Amino acid sequence: MKQNLIALLCGIIFGIGLSLSHMINPNKVLNFLDITGNWDPSLIFVMMGALAVAFFSFKWILKRPAPIFAESFHISRKSSLDKSLLLGAAIFGIGWGMSGYCPGPAVTGLGLLSMESVIMVVAIYLGFFTYNRFFDEK
Amino acid sequence: MENFTPFSAMAGGALIGISVTLLLLFNGRIGGVSGIMNGVFFAPKSDRIWRLIFLTGLVLGGFIFQRLVPDFNVPRQNYPLFLLGLGGFLIGFGTRMSGGCTSGHGICGIANLSIRSLIATLTFMATGMITVFIIRHSLELAA
Repeated sequence: MKQNLIALLCGIIFGIGLSLSHMINPNKVLNFLDITGNWDPSLIFVMMGALAVAFFSFKWILKRPAPIFAESFHISRKSSLDKSLLLGAAIFGIGWGMSGYCPGPAVTGLGLLSMESVIMVVAIYLGFFTYNRFFDEK
Repeated sequence: MENFTPFSAMAGGALIGISVTLLLLFNGRIGGVSGIMNGVFFAPKSDRIWRLIFLTGLVLGGFIFQRLVPDFNVPRQNYPLFLLGLGGFLIGFGTRMSGGCTSGHGICGIANLSIRSLIATLTFMATGMITVFIIRHSLELAA
């Protein structure tokens, strides 16, 4: 119950952050990726704002033996680079550049009754399903 | 660069940083949206509900902000449908293959000093830039 309340709160804060930073506006994202056009570096400032908080907080949080409401941290311990990391990231970037959406803004846009968001979320789940069903070797 | 909005970008980014901080501190979870989305259907049953609640929060956050500041973000119209459909599919497929998206790799992973996440972030930014170059300047499919 407590964990679900935190999840709700975190979702709301995240959604407001994406809205305030204009990252739910796909053209804003495309303008960031358009380095030879009318370039808009705002997205880098969003990342810097987030990292300015998370860089220090993560370091401090991960010194704890456990989270406050859960038994353990769920964090990837992988450190080696592999083909699926690079190929997957490359494929994601192509989809990002085609649409101007990444998963967070696609979901958040549902709150604005954006038709594009509905299409994006359905298409993203089709991509998840296809990968999980036919390509995941784990 | 007339549309450059550094202050709202930093402030919004800080809120995202606070969100992923609270999620890790209290629940021990990484605030990566693609992983959270995927788990709604593909995680073990007991591990699904908080994910759905987080996503509901995202939608609520978007809704609340829109009610407070109407016209701050105006939904785009008339963008080519196949770029959305195919783009979305590639986003889903690629984020599963690489284990994260802009939030998971780009924010949480880099904050955790993961080289994998840094490399993933540089990779998807590079292919995103190439894709936009092709779509906007070579094929001129979208403005």
